[in-house]
Amino acid sequence: MLKISNLTKRFGGLAAVNNVSVEFPANQVNAIIGPNGAGKSTFFNLVAGAMPPSEGRIEYQGMDITGMAPDRIARLGVARTFQTTMLFDQSTVLDNLIVGHRLRTQSRLWDVIINSKRLRDEEKKCRSRAAEVLDFVGLSHIGHRYIADISQEERKRVAFALAMATDPELVLLDEPAGGINPEETENLADLIRKMVKHGITVCLIEHKMDMIMSLADKIMVLDHGEKIAEGTPEQIKNDPVVIEAYLGSEQDVEA
Amino acid sequence: MDLFLQQVLNGLTLGSIYGLVALGLTLVYGILHVPNFAHGALYMVGAYVAYFTMVDLGLNYWLAMIAAGAVVAFLSVLCERLVFHPLRNAPPIHDKIAAIGILLFLEAVVQMYWGADFRRMPTPYTEILHFGGLTIPAQRLLIIAGAFGLMGALHLYLKKTMTGATIIAMAQNREGAFLVGIDANRVAMMTFAIAGVLAAVGATLFAPINLVYPAMGHLLIMKAFVIIILGGMGSIPGAIVGGLIIGFAEALGGFYISNEYKDVIAFALLVVILSVKPTGLFTKGVR
Amino acid sequence: MDRLMNFFVSPVLKWALLVLAVVFPLISDNEYHIYVMATAFIWAIAVYGMNIITGYCGQLNLAHGGFFAIGAYVVAILTVDHGWAFWPAFIAAGLAGAIFGFLVGVVSLRLKEHYFAIFTLCVGFIIYLLLEKWEALTHGSLGIINIAPPEGFGFVDFTETVPFYYLVLAFLVLSVWLVSRLSRSLLGRTFLAIRISDDLAQSLGINLMRNKVLAFVLSTVYAASAGALYAGVVRFIGPAEADVVHTFDMITYLLVGGIGTLMGPLLGTLAITWLTQMLQSLEEYRMIIFGPMLVILVIFFPRGIVGGFLTWRGRRLANKASQQDQGGESQASTQTSGTPGADKQEAGNNA
Repeated sequence: MLKISNLTKRFGGLAAVNNVSVEFPANQVNAIIGPNGAGKSTFFNLVAGAMPPSEGRIEYQGMDITGMAPDRIARLGVARTFQTTMLFDQSTVLDNLIVGHRLRTQSRLWDVIINSKRLRDEEKKCRSRAAEVLDFVGLSHIGHRYIADISQEERKRVAFALAMATDPELVLLDEPAGGINPEETENLADLIRKMVKHGITVCLIEHKMDMIMSLADKIMVLDHGEKIAEGTPEQIKNDPVVIEAYLGSEQDVEA
Repeated sequence: MDLFLQQVLNGLTLGSIYGLVALGLTLVYGILHVPNFAHGALYMVGAYVAYFTMVDLGLNYWLAMIAAGAVVAFLSVLCERLVFHPLRNAPPIHDKIAAIGILLFLEAVVQMYWGADFRRMPTPYTEILHFGGLTIPAQRLLIIAGAFGLMGALHLYLKKTMTGATIIAMAQNREGAFLVGIDANRVAMMTFAIAGVLAAVGATLFAPINLVYPAMGHLLIMKAFVIIILGGMGSIPGAIVGGLIIGFAEALGGFYISNEYKDVIAFALLVVILSVKPTGLFTKGVR
Repeated sequence: MDRLMNFFVSPVLKWALLVLAVVFPLISDNEYHIYVMATAFIWAIAVYGMNIITGYCGQLNLAHGGFFAIGAYVVAILTVDHGWAFWPAFIAAGLAGAIFGFLVGVVSLRLKEHYFAIFTLCVGFIIYLLLEKWEALTHGSLGIINIAPPEGFGFVDFTETVPFYYLVLAFLVLSVWLVSRLSRSLLGRTFLAIRISDDLAQSLGINLMRNKVLAFVLSTVYAASAGALYAGVVRFIGPAEADVVHTFDMITYLLVGGIGTLMGPLLGTLAITWLTQMLQSLEEYRMIIFGPMLVILVIFFPRGIVGGFLTWRGRRLANKASQQDQGGESQASTQTSGTPGADKQEAGNNA
């Protein structure tokens, strides 16, 4: 699904991501973990095209997407969420989701001026897609609520739904469980499993180890921008290098 | 050759004032990420306070400068407390609009008291010095010496005092500064106060060879923005070097190319720079 | 009470406003008031333009007054120096707005947030300086007099106040109609996504530059057309039209009415214009009031009259719908999908 070779990103003299090569297979949950400042977010930004890599190659479904603009990558079927959920507070949940399907539509200014059939059809399509993804994340009942009035966990789900509305095949989740309680985390994990069951490949960054260990099929560990390990949760848990890296930065890896 | 040197001197004068104003702007930007459109109005208020102190109160030039510095520093801190602080988490468009609101208010108040006419501020230093073929009005020397003296003092303050060090720390990393327990409020207020003093002193130095009027800050603030974009938003040496570059460009361009269009030079430069490099010159990588 | 409130956001309000605007010259026998209203409408058109780029797309454009002036000057130069009639010159003004808007937009919209605002501030100032200094083209600081008024037809003479009023009203209605269609469409939602965040919009597959430039060009066409109409009514213009103060005025109108809302630009412009009229003696010092007002608005009422009202109402509707949820699921789903043109839709889209 996603094949990364020798990916490097330098800021000034500092390498935030250093010579990382990894493959993330389709239809499973791939997790990226590592201590703070290990380069996880930079890695995501590189894959999503938000910044160009200094060196290396990113292949998505056999296609070279290195240095491609993020909107083009999104149209190829790569969706993402952000650490901070950005939504439009003064609008309803459903209204927030309609634009998610925009990238699969063609209407231009002229369609707007003459209110063309194409525009009307596409708006209908976007609206029904929004309703679908809302249902998918289990929030149909709050579609008419204002974003400002919903809970943190619901916001996370809306962000998932927005990513889903783009009809993605690969979804990058940046700390999906940040700032929510353990029970809600478990529910989100279920949602992520559901996404995979529907044929979506998931890549996520997360700090919550117990969630990762029960959810991920494959884990890559980054430290100081370098890949120090990859494997199944079982392998990672027992990898002395990983334990060392985490102990070194005073975080615990016990799951 | 003398003519050229004369222009260099003019450029140095202009550049040191631009540098002072841009310094305040860049400090505030570095700490709060607010492009303070009201900074030019603070500069203008500084000139009027100095004018008022000298002409209406009959006090001497240096007292006028102190009064201007004190009043504007106070105003500047007031803006931070009443306006920018409450807006610190608002969308970025809001603090810009609020800054414009402050600018409009200050100009209107000044215009109400002093009217829109141009005033000339007196200076005790009216001698004209001659060095070879060069004519140097004493006020210009004072501007250069004063501006660089103040920059030096600021440098010492930022390097040698605790508050100064925290200002720099915060400019470099706002979140990090919160983590190590820096009192962000105090630092923000201090920064605004410093910016105010720099603007007011700059105004008092420059006003005698220029005119005092309510819109005097417009052009200057725009040039100051060009300078800090040139020098990197938030960079202190960038503001000084950028100020000098624009100062020289205007003095030489105004003399050798066109005096009519000399004010366009800075903006044309900005358009060219940002067209080529959208993040400005001298910016270090992407954050 | 409830019914009264509903009235204020329903489409009925728009029709009521329109009827009021149409009969205004009939019930007002004061020609000056009609003239003030007509110029307020012209400014409102320009503010609608600003709302597209700043309200919907989230990019603070401080050169808006400059584009207004470009429209006015194109009409002035073409009619006075080249003997054009008003209407061809008017179209040329709109085109000039589009072309300059495109050129400025392509360069400036690559810049983020603050850089964009600062850049456009400088662009506005360059426009002002050029208008003032380029005497061969613009007559310099003297300005241009005797600009041709819009040619009428039959009995209609647009140099008279009342026909001109209706002309401007027609353009205003056209402007509002287009924005309302835009804001409700996928394109408007695309702009809104950009306003939330560039990164988010891009992750949704939205081409930032293409959409931002489109919004910017639309806004400059609005500004230039408004400027052209302005030149046709005052028939004398100078470089002061490009003064940044006009841009600041327009920001005030937009903020008071409600940034990013459909009726905000109109209501804000009218409210401030008439307020200024009433405080005529204050004209010169209006900024003593408007300056702090801007600050207070962004701190406490960032969404202005219309926006604040829509939020309040939308939230109540949502609560009501939640209560009905207990009763039946179907009720809620009809509420959410909404019917086109219903006021509910406005609450969502104009947000």
